[in-house]
Amino acid sequence: MAKRTVELEVSRTPEAGMDFRPRLGLASPATLAVPEIGSQNMLINMGPQHPATHGVLRLVLELDGETVVRCIPHIGYLHSSFEKLGEYRTWNQIVTLTDRMDYLAPLIYNCAYVMAVEKMMGVQVTERCKVVRVICMELDRIFSHLLWLGTWAIDVGAITPFLYAFQERERVYKLHESLTGARITTSATRVGGMMADIPDGWAEGVRHFAETVPKTIDEIDLLLTNNGIHIGRTQGVGVISGEDAINAGLSGPNLRASGVPYDLRKDRPYYDYESYDFEVPIGEHGDCYDRYLVRVEEMRQSCHILIQALDRLPDGPINVQDPRVTLPGKTDCMNDMESMIHHFKLVMEGVKAPPGESYFPIEGSKGELGMYVVSDGGPKPVRWRIRPPSFVNLSTIPRLVEGGLLADVIMVNASLDIVLGEIDR
Amino acid sequence: MTQALRSDLGSVPGHPSVAALRERFGSAVLRHEVVAGDEHVVYVDASRIVELLTWLKDELSQGFNFLSDVTAVDYGGGRPIQVVYQLYSIPHRRALRVKVELPLTNLRIDSVTRLWGTADWLEREVYDMFGVHFEGHPDLRRILMPENYAEGHPLRKDFPLRGRFSRAEQTRRALSHDPEDYYTPLELELGGVPQAVPWKETGGGAVPRASAREASDDGSEARRESHEGGAD
Repeated sequence: MAKRTVELEVSRTPEAGMDFRPRLGLASPATLAVPEIGSQNMLINMGPQHPATHGVLRLVLELDGETVVRCIPHIGYLHSSFEKLGEYRTWNQIVTLTDRMDYLAPLIYNCAYVMAVEKMMGVQVTERCKVVRVICMELDRIFSHLLWLGTWAIDVGAITPFLYAFQERERVYKLHESLTGARITTSATRVGGMMADIPDGWAEGVRHFAETVPKTIDEIDLLLTNNGIHIGRTQGVGVISGEDAINAGLSGPNLRASGVPYDLRKDRPYYDYESYDFEVPIGEHGDCYDRYLVRVEEMRQSCHILIQALDRLPDGPINVQDPRVTLPGKTDCMNDMESMIHHFKLVMEGVKAPPGESYFPIEGSKGELGMYVVSDGGPKPVRWRIRPPSFVNLSTIPRLVEGGLLADVIMVNASLDIVLGEIDR
Repeated sequence: MTQALRSDLGSVPGHPSVAALRERFGSAVLRHEVVAGDEHVVYVDASRIVELLTWLKDELSQGFNFLSDVTAVDYGGGRPIQVVYQLYSIPHRRALRVKVELPLTNLRIDSVTRLWGTADWLEREVYDMFGVHFEGHPDLRRILMPENYAEGHPLRKDFPLRGRFSRAEQTRRALSHDPEDYYTPLELELGGVPQAVPWKETGGGAVPRASAREASDDGSEARRESHEGGAD
């Protein structure tokens, strides 16, 4: 155990008879005969019930004064083993589990999962479906970053940006609701398409949101970016170099803040992301402040992508015409025996995927979100694995906070943008 | 509509890294598959995994510097458990999936934590969920399940969905947790909790504290039996 000896420096004048004033409130010269005060490091629990850990994260911190000597994270408090549950559900039923993992960006998780299953089955979705999913994913990227921005501001001590951000999030909730009927647990996708086509007026609603939300982002930007307290709390805090960040598996905005231009939308493009015009913001210093700058800029870029996607939204069917995955139409089911049997089998037995596997990574709001699905030909997966971006990002927290101050733990944790529902799964 | 699904090598170009691996490691590369159209999977010899991955990471022409994921797949029915490494090379924009197969009787493989920091928690998760031991891992503890979880490894196919113990037994165990069970031995030491508490007098019977923590299976079984005995 590390022990520290505190040397008490007592100023004593050599002349006798001078006024002798002991320091530190020591009462008499007798107590000065004890020059050492033994001190030991302190062990404290931060969490699992702590507002600044953004969920049920528990950090056991060894403190030397206010300096963090060691940080030991404990997770698993929300563990419900979605991966095991998935092995007992059909391919389409799993969609409902995916939005319960990251409830801050549910549509991204819905899309990522079905994209992996479709890749494994060799189903090519329609052009309209692709664009609708891009809209969903970019909308939820803004949705997730807005929550991050609001809570980040609270952690730094500012309450106004939180209110601004949540006002904008409310608009996304309403868009979720009109698209899917639910505000958080959207479950909007199905293998081969979407639950339903977008409702009338939804595209206009998204366009209005994409055109007006940059104004709010600018306002928050104005409040925070050059704010002295904000800068003092975040610049040079939780620094990680680009090389270390790659080695530690950081991905998404956290990796890009360290200067590594790795964005799956550009590096491993899917859904025609290479044809959209957008920039990938890159940080320079790899500290909390750069992670903030990267995310704020990413929201603006997502607005650009949203508008481009809305401009090119093609007409046509949203669901693929593939009898393996798509339900026959209602009229056919009512009038035609084969269609009714087909409908019955697809609903009761579920979509059947041929034997195979696929790992499909996309750029989620938190980082590289990979879905790994393995099928043995049955209606249920052999294995469904989520490559959890928050989980891997959080695993770097000891090296980011050790040696820093206790107050910096809050900022580092906020800058990583974690969601415990997905870490514990 | 449908793409080529599996092992259709005619339409897919070979993977440059797999060819290089074959050339360098020869018989350690067991099999090469192409799945889902364009995903390359290479099965390798489990005993040489670290050597092989080190080469893939450090060799400039390969440059697989980003370890996306480490996971495992249990197909059930006594078949070997596959440990899966998803690699990605940021400089070359190239992905590769490396798999090893471990027989259920010997679930041991060398850890790659020295190559990638990512592997730390991911290997702990595989250990927690599948019971694969990663030799040389600096801190191989359970990560999602509590440290004294005694029902086994949940993602194995032989693990029932609701757990091995009855609901009553699960509740009893949850309620009988000691606050110190929520700390690792290192934390207890840092916190100055004396480790040498040899016996703890509890209602059900005396169980040595240390052995209950280390070999929770045996200790808990003993406690459970005495509990059930008392109920009869």
